[in-house]
Amino acid sequence: MKNLLNKKNLVSLVLLVIIFFVFDYLIKARILTPYYRTVLYWMGIYIILSLGLNIIIGITGQLSLGHAGFMSIGAYSAAVVLASNPTITGLFIGMGVGIVLTMIVSFIVAMPTLRLKGDYLAIATLGVGEIIRIVILNMTITNGASGISNIKMLMSWPLLFGFVVLTIFLTNNFKQSAIGRACIAIKEDEIAAEAMGINTTKYKVMAFMFGAVLASVAGSLFATTYYVVKPETFGVNTSINILIIVVFGGMGSLSGSIISTIFIGFVNMALQPYAEMRLISYALVLIIVMIFRPQGLMGAKEVALNVLPDFKSFFRKKEKSS
Amino acid sequence: MKKLISLLALTLLVLSGLTACTSTPKTIKIGLNLELTGEVSVYGVPEKKAAELAVAEINKAGGIDGKQVELVIYDNAYDTAKAVENSQKLIQEGVVAILGSATSAPTMAIGPVALESEVLTITPSGTNAKVTMNGDVVNPFVFRACFIDPFQGLVLANFASDNLSAKKAVVMGSNSSDYAKDLASIFTTQFTANGGEVLSDVFYYADSDTDFSAQLTSIAALGEFDVLFVADYAARAGLIINQARATAGLETVAIVGPDGFESPDLNDLAGGASNVNNVYFSTHFSTIVDNAKVTSFIAAYTASAGEAPSALSALAYDAMYMLFAAIDAAGTDPVKVRDAMKATTGFEGVTGTISFDALNNPVKSAIVVQLTNGEQTNAVIVNP
Repeated sequence: MKNLLNKKNLVSLVLLVIIFFVFDYLIKARILTPYYRTVLYWMGIYIILSLGLNIIIGITGQLSLGHAGFMSIGAYSAAVVLASNPTITGLFIGMGVGIVLTMIVSFIVAMPTLRLKGDYLAIATLGVGEIIRIVILNMTITNGASGISNIKMLMSWPLLFGFVVLTIFLTNNFKQSAIGRACIAIKEDEIAAEAMGINTTKYKVMAFMFGAVLASVAGSLFATTYYVVKPETFGVNTSINILIIVVFGGMGSLSGSIISTIFIGFVNMALQPYAEMRLISYALVLIIVMIFRPQGLMGAKEVALNVLPDFKSFFRKKEKSS
Repeated sequence: MKKLISLLALTLLVLSGLTACTSTPKTIKIGLNLELTGEVSVYGVPEKKAAELAVAEINKAGGIDGKQVELVIYDNAYDTAKAVENSQKLIQEGVVAILGSATSAPTMAIGPVALESEVLTITPSGTNAKVTMNGDVVNPFVFRACFIDPFQGLVLANFASDNLSAKKAVVMGSNSSDYAKDLASIFTTQFTANGGEVLSDVFYYADSDTDFSAQLTSIAALGEFDVLFVADYAARAGLIINQARATAGLETVAIVGPDGFESPDLNDLAGGASNVNNVYFSTHFSTIVDNAKVTSFIAAYTASAGEAPSALSALAYDAMYMLFAAIDAAGTDPVKVRDAMKATTGFEGVTGTISFDALNNPVKSAIVVQLTNGEQTNAVIVNP
């Protein structure tokens, strides 16, 4: 217990509380208009998605292109439950159903496919995402191609903040834990990891399922933010968008994923008025950054999680120089 | 790290610059929230061109109440999340009303935003019945300019009774789509109400069927009748036309269908243009209708857009003029504009005469096109 109450944790806690109340105030005072609020929600949902994918790609080194498929399981579960029970309890029940379904599906998928490597794994997961989409397209409960509309909007800043903080907490702890270390070892050299006695299949499946569950949670939040879910929303393009965020932020860097999500959120916002130009300029921004930072914005480094020591050394350096 | 910080700072600076400028409204802003890129941009782009044409025309004529109309155009790329963001941004920028989206799914995402912010949105071509609904009740801030699918059953039944003087009809359709089932039942009801007789029950088949000879032989065995109503898309309708023309007793019978017939593949599927005779289908808009308004719209649109107008551009054009009329009557308060929109009666557009029913769907005439040797030879306006 004493370990939990150290200075660093307290500072993070205070920072979190401040961030929470600043945005809470900005939203209540309507300084953040509904539009900016929706952008904020987008960023939060994509932070959860990109952190989940980063666990699979960045930490464990398994290229997955089926992330949007798992997102759709969560989104449709929430949408179906919210149709009959449009309350926050309904959202949590839907989310729970989504998590259970995602765990089952991702386990069934992971067992055979994670034996594949590199491109083959990417193609297999791409196929899985498509299979999930086609299944949803042909089910009655999901209302086929027209999707489910009129989903109760329950998204709010406290809800979003809670889930984003929980995700950061879980992914960071996953990364720092023995499981995370094992996953990093698998990424660096699978044969060496196996020689060290790591059950590679077990850890790969664990990381894959964890990432998939996070995608499912983000999907549930997505459904309750944007009123409508339709199969096309969760196509391969969405998977690639999440992949771009992860690669852009730096594979293996959790804080990189967060920063790049926020950055791409701002880029999207700035480019919104330019229809066709948006596609070109979006690609240009990505290409330019990738030329100058091929390892992504953050590489594999982390920031903010140990923000205080960094600042201290920064100031000390300044004092010395002046 | 320094590079990164300066990059972020620059982005923030640019963004604050973008959001800081607000101006006094000298113009009337109308927002477009359409699919201009992505898989369904073929729907959104013609609607944007039509909206731009309508705005250019009204501004040339002096604007509305002396104020020029300004379009604020955002692309939602058929993405529901972007559709929500776009409509909120448009409302934040002070648009009086929104036109969009071209397809149903994004429009259903805009609907709740429109309701919450009390700014109306009108979809030119979103045909899903749920678009104008908020659960079980009507969403008062969503309108549409096109008729919904089942409505065509009504118009086609009237067409069969009045224009083809049909007394006996046979109905067939796919049992796997709501489109077909709704159309079949509404056609049957209206045709019977018009004093006609529908022989036998609906002849259903599955979407995957390609051989309809069993149904067609039973239909031919029913004896003489005037109209065969096929409630389906061109993929099956074409094959049905082909096989019906080869069935004894059905070689020349009139075949009537919904807008699903309108496809460049129909003639090929029907086994050649020579089989497509005495075939009629309903549609939103046709360039061969004899109407002065339509002719001048076709000329203006072709000149400005560089292509012939489609049903989509015509519907968007009508939607824009309905908005202009509502703004002219009510000023620039979005809620009053909505009320004026709701009160629209007998609006003369290029796709027909439009009023709104209780569910904000237009009550309007439809166009029924006749196909002779696979060519559109005649188009008549049919009232509901």
